[in-house]
Amino acid sequence: MKALKSLVRIGAIAGKEWLQIRRDTRSLILSLIAPALLILLFGYALTVDVKNVGMAVYDQDRSTLSRRLLEEFSHTEYLRVKRHISGYREMDRLIDSEEIALAIVVPRGFERRFKAGKSVDLQLIVDGSDSTSATVAMGYVKAILANFNMDIKVSELKRIGIAETKMPVEVKSRVWYNPELLSKNFIVPGLIVVVLSIISALIASLTISREWERGTMETLITTPVRAFELVFGKLVPYLFIGLFDVVITVLLGYLVFNVPIKGSFVELYMLALLFLIGTTSLGIIISSATRAQVLSVQVAIMVTYLPSFMLSGFVFPIQNMPLVVQGITYLIPAKYLIVIIKGIALKGVGAALLWTQILFLAVFAFIVVIASVRKLSLTLPEN
Amino acid sequence: MIRAENLTKRFGGATAVSGLSFDVHEGEIFGIVGPDGAGKSTLLRLIAGILVPDVGSVEINGVNVQRNPYLIKENLAYMPQRFGLYEDLSVEENIFFFGRLFGVSSREIRSRLPRLYEFSRLAPFRERLAGKLSGGMKQKLGLACCLVHRPGLILLDEPTNGVDPVSRREFWKILYGLLSEGVTIVVSTAYLDEAERCNRVALMYNGGFVVTGSPGEIKNGMGKTLIEITTDKVWEAESALRKEPEFSRVIREGTALRVFVERRLEGERRLRSLLKKHGIALRSVHEKTPTLENSFVEIIAEGEKNEGA
Repeated sequence: MKALKSLVRIGAIAGKEWLQIRRDTRSLILSLIAPALLILLFGYALTVDVKNVGMAVYDQDRSTLSRRLLEEFSHTEYLRVKRHISGYREMDRLIDSEEIALAIVVPRGFERRFKAGKSVDLQLIVDGSDSTSATVAMGYVKAILANFNMDIKVSELKRIGIAETKMPVEVKSRVWYNPELLSKNFIVPGLIVVVLSIISALIASLTISREWERGTMETLITTPVRAFELVFGKLVPYLFIGLFDVVITVLLGYLVFNVPIKGSFVELYMLALLFLIGTTSLGIIISSATRAQVLSVQVAIMVTYLPSFMLSGFVFPIQNMPLVVQGITYLIPAKYLIVIIKGIALKGVGAALLWTQILFLAVFAFIVVIASVRKLSLTLPEN
Repeated sequence: MIRAENLTKRFGGATAVSGLSFDVHEGEIFGIVGPDGAGKSTLLRLIAGILVPDVGSVEINGVNVQRNPYLIKENLAYMPQRFGLYEDLSVEENIFFFGRLFGVSSREIRSRLPRLYEFSRLAPFRERLAGKLSGGMKQKLGLACCLVHRPGLILLDEPTNGVDPVSRREFWKILYGLLSEGVTIVVSTAYLDEAERCNRVALMYNGGFVVTGSPGEIKNGMGKTLIEITTDKVWEAESALRKEPEFSRVIREGTALRVFVERRLEGERRLRSLLKKHGIALRSVHEKTPTLENSFVEIIAEGEKNEGA
C-alpha cells in the first residue's frame, strides 16, 4: 500500500514534469535541438587533421627531373599545389594572404648537379604562424621527398646492375580501429559525451530551482511527497530526454561523420543511461542547492562542461597531465563513458571488457542519486 | 485538534513567533488577525510542519507535527499566501496533480471533480492554463487543489489577499460549507471584517497573541465603553480631542467620532466639558458596540502605551 502510494506520487511528479517540458519551448529547444547543433558545430570545427594544405612551387630549374619531383606533390590529398610561381615576391604575397602555408623552391641547376652526381638542396618555406599545421605539413613534404629519393636510389642501383636491394630495417605499421587515423573518430565520441553531460545536467538543474522561484515548492512540501519521490519523479522524464539525445548524437556521428558503430548499440544505450542517471542527478543537486535558475545554469555548465572537456581525456591526453590532475580525472564520469563509447563504437568490444568503466559509472550514479535525495530538503529555508 | 505549546521561531535576530501556546478546536474556524509582519505566515508554516520551531511543539490530534510530518500531511491542507499552482498546467491538470500527490487515485479524483467545480465554479475553465486565471479564480483553484484529498484540517494563509469583494464573499461561503462538513479551518487575514466571521479569533502582534476569543468576547471583554458623538464641527472636535492624551485615539467614523472610555458616565462628562471649552456643541452622544477593528486598534495601542511606560 505504502509502496503503491509512493509509485502514484512518483508518477504524478513525472507526469507533471513531462507536461511542463512539453509546454516550454525554451527547454524543448535546449533538450532536443541543442545537442544536435552542438555535435554538428563542434564536429566540423574540432578537427586536427591537416588536409588540403595550400602550397606553391617555384621551379627555377624547369627540367624533367624537377617536374617529376613536383609531380609527386599533386598526388596527395594532404597537400594541394595551388600556384606555380616565378618569384619570391609572389610567394611573400601568397603566404601573407594565407592562400598558401608552404612553398618549395627548386634551385637552378637542380637536374644538372644531380646528373653530375652531386647532392642538391631544395628549399622549403613554411608559414610558422600556425605551428600545428606547419609541422604536420612539413612532415608530409619530408615523407614525399623520402619516397622520391628512395625511388631514384632504387632505379640508380638497378642501372648499375644491383637488381634487388634490402632495407636493413623496414617498418610495416598497421593502425587498428581507426586505420586512416581520422581525428573525427576519436573526437566525435568525446563530443557526444561532453554534449550529453552538459545538456542533461543543464536541463535538470532548472527543475528544482524553478519550483522555488515560482513558489510551487512551498506547496509541494506540504504534500506527503517524499524527497526521493520528488527526485525520482523528476529524474524519469529527463532521462527519457537524455536517451533521446543519445540516439540523436550517435546517429549524427554515424550519418554525418561516418563514425562506425561496430559493437552493440543496446549496450552503448544502457551504459549511456547509467551515465545520464549520474549527470541528471548532479543537475538536481545543483538545483536544490542554489534555488535560483540563473545560478543553477552557471554552476551546471561549470561543473559539467569544463571537467568533461578538459579532464576526460577528450582533448588533452590524461597521461600527459601532472599526477594530481590525473588523480582528479578518476572523478570525472565523462572519462569512463568516452572509453566505453570508443570501445563499443570503434573497437566493437562488448560490455564484458569494459567492466571497470561500468563499475565507476555505477558508483558515481549511486552516490549522486543518494546525495541529491539528501540535499533536497523539504522544509523552508531559514531566511 | 491543534495544540501549540510555547511555540517560538526566530529569524536571525528577529523573533517572528514568540512563546505561543493555544488550542484550536475541532470543527471551528480559527482566525489569526494582525498587521503585516506580525508573524501570521510563520505561525501557519510551523503548524503545517514545513518550518521547524526553535522552541516548543505543535500537536495535531495528539500527533507531534515535527516528529511525524508525513502522518500529519496526509490529513492536512496548507494554502500559502501565493498558492503554488503550476501556471503552465491547466485547471484540471493541477487538480489531478495535487490529488495524486495525496495518494488519491485518478478514478477517485474524477468522481470528486463535480463537487470541486461546483463550489469553485471553475468548470468552464477546466482546460485553461492556471497562469491565465484571474486572482480570485486562482485562489479558488488553489483551494480546490487543497481539498481533493478531503483533509480534516485546512490552513489558509491570507487566502483573500488581493481578491475582489465578490470573490471574497464567495470564498467565505465555501469555507462555511466546509465547516458544516466538520472540517477544521485555520485562516490568517489582515481584514477585520473577515475576522468577524470566525468562531474564534486571535489578534497577533509582534509574534504573540494579544487577545484570543470569539469576536463578541473580544469586543465586550475590553472593559471599556465606546462612545460615539456627532457634532457640526467634526474637524475642530477631532483635532481638539487628539491633543488630549486620554482621547488621542479618537476614531473618525463618517461624520461621527468614536472614543473608548473607561467608564461611560465619567467619560461622557469629561468629553462634554473638554469640547465645551473649545466652543464645540454636541448634537448627540451614544454608546456604541465597537467593531472588531475598533477594539483591535484600541487593544494594540493600549499595549504599546503600557510597554512604553
